This record gives sequence, structure tokens and C-alpha cells, in this order.
Amino acid sequence: MADNNQAKKLSIIAFSGDFDKLTAVFTLATGAAAVGYEVNLFFTFWGLDAIKIKQGRSPVGKGFLPKVFGIMMGGLKASPVSRLNFFGISPKIFRHLMRKNSVATLEELVEAAKQLNINFYACEMAMHVLGLQKTDFIPEVKDVLGVASFLTLSEGGQTLFI
Amino acid sequence: MATYNLDITKEHCPMTFVKTKIELNKLQKGDILNVKVAEGEPLENIPKSAAEQGFNVLSVEKTETPGIHSIKIEK
Repeated sequence: MADNNQAKKLSIIAFSGDFDKLTAVFTLATGAAAVGYEVNLFFTFWGLDAIKIKQGRSPVGKGFLPKVFGIMMGGLKASPVSRLNFFGISPKIFRHLMRKNSVATLEELVEAAKQLNINFYACEMAMHVLGLQKTDFIPEVKDVLGVASFLTLSEGGQTLFI
Repeated sequence: MATYNLDITKEHCPMTFVKTKIELNKLQKGDILNVKVAEGEPLENIPKSAAEQGFNVLSVEKTETPGIHSIKIEK
């Protein structure tokens, strides 16, 4: 919990595009927002895959190499688990186990994040490298930011890197 | 003034808090939300976080079902 000198604010740098790590990002984010925290999610590098409009494998991006990355990495529904992925079978098993045990799936957590008005931001530099534009992302992405803007946004709260 | 009911006894973290917050956001001034919760973290923290966010926690009572409590929250 935040102490008296700290704002009730949680900022998460979502670097990973892995299913399990994104689940951690959205679990913490939605839980914090639900108990009254202001929550900022800053998606960078592979984390940007989580906020693409096209959730499967699609040649999103400008230029040949970004398109290849787009197909290989895909979006939210194509995210691999960080260990024992078994060529993409494991995320399907996890989704099944989550539903079976009444635990929110990654997609449900993302929808909850939208409903709780969590702030989504995309990293300008990583977008440039990967040939992505703001229009490639879901409309909930409020802005495209750099480091200085993120530091200003997160100031006074807690920051995590996942 | 309206009264709403929410059962989160079968939910797990963070959806216990998320579903409560989404329902609380829908309340108008004077409306009441009865939240049915299981013992443990939701019972300990939902009244606390609702109060911190400016809602009135009118009561926290045991129900007829063992281990299940009802929290009455007013906006």
C-alpha cells in the first residue's frame, strides 16, 4: 500500500509481450485501479503487441522487417508464455485452466482495464523501430510518449517494469 | 435511490475488486450496492477501499451461508 507521502498511483512499464508477464501487468493494473489507484501502462518493445488492434498474426507495421516481426510476434492472442511455450500450445492450456478455475483470462483483464479507465500509453521510440503507428493500436491508447513524459506521469507513485 | 446486488463469492483476485469497482462506478448518489463476498482478502479489503474512495460502508454482516458475508455500500 502507498504510504502517506506517496500518491495512490501505479505506473507499469510493460516491456514483455509474453502471455504470463502480460497477465501479471493487467492483474496488477486492474487490481490497483479497482481499489482507487491511478494506473498508467506504458507499453514498449514487445509489450506493444498487447495493444495492437489486430490480435492475431498480421503484417502490421511499415516496411518489410516490421511486417515480418508483425507476423512472427502477432498480437495479444498470439502471445507466447515465457517458459515451456510448446510452439504456442501452452497459452491455450493456460486459458483453459483459467476459465476452468474461474480466474480472469488475459483478454478479460484487458477489457476490465478499459472499463476502469486505466491509462494506456505507447513508447514512441519502440514504435519507430518496429514501424508501428498509433492507428495500429486500440483506441484506448491515449498517447504516444517518450521517457521524459513517462517520468512526469509516474512521479510520486510506484513504478514497475515487467 | 436504487439497490443493486453483486455476488463475487466465486471470483478471484483481481476480479473481486474489479467487478465491485465497476458496479460502484454505476451508482448514483443514495444508491446502495449489496456485495456478497467470501472470507479472506475481499472481506478485509473491499469495505476498506470503498470507504477510501468516498463510499459509505453501511454494514458488513454474516449471511446464512457459512463463510459468506454481505457488505452494504452506499454512494
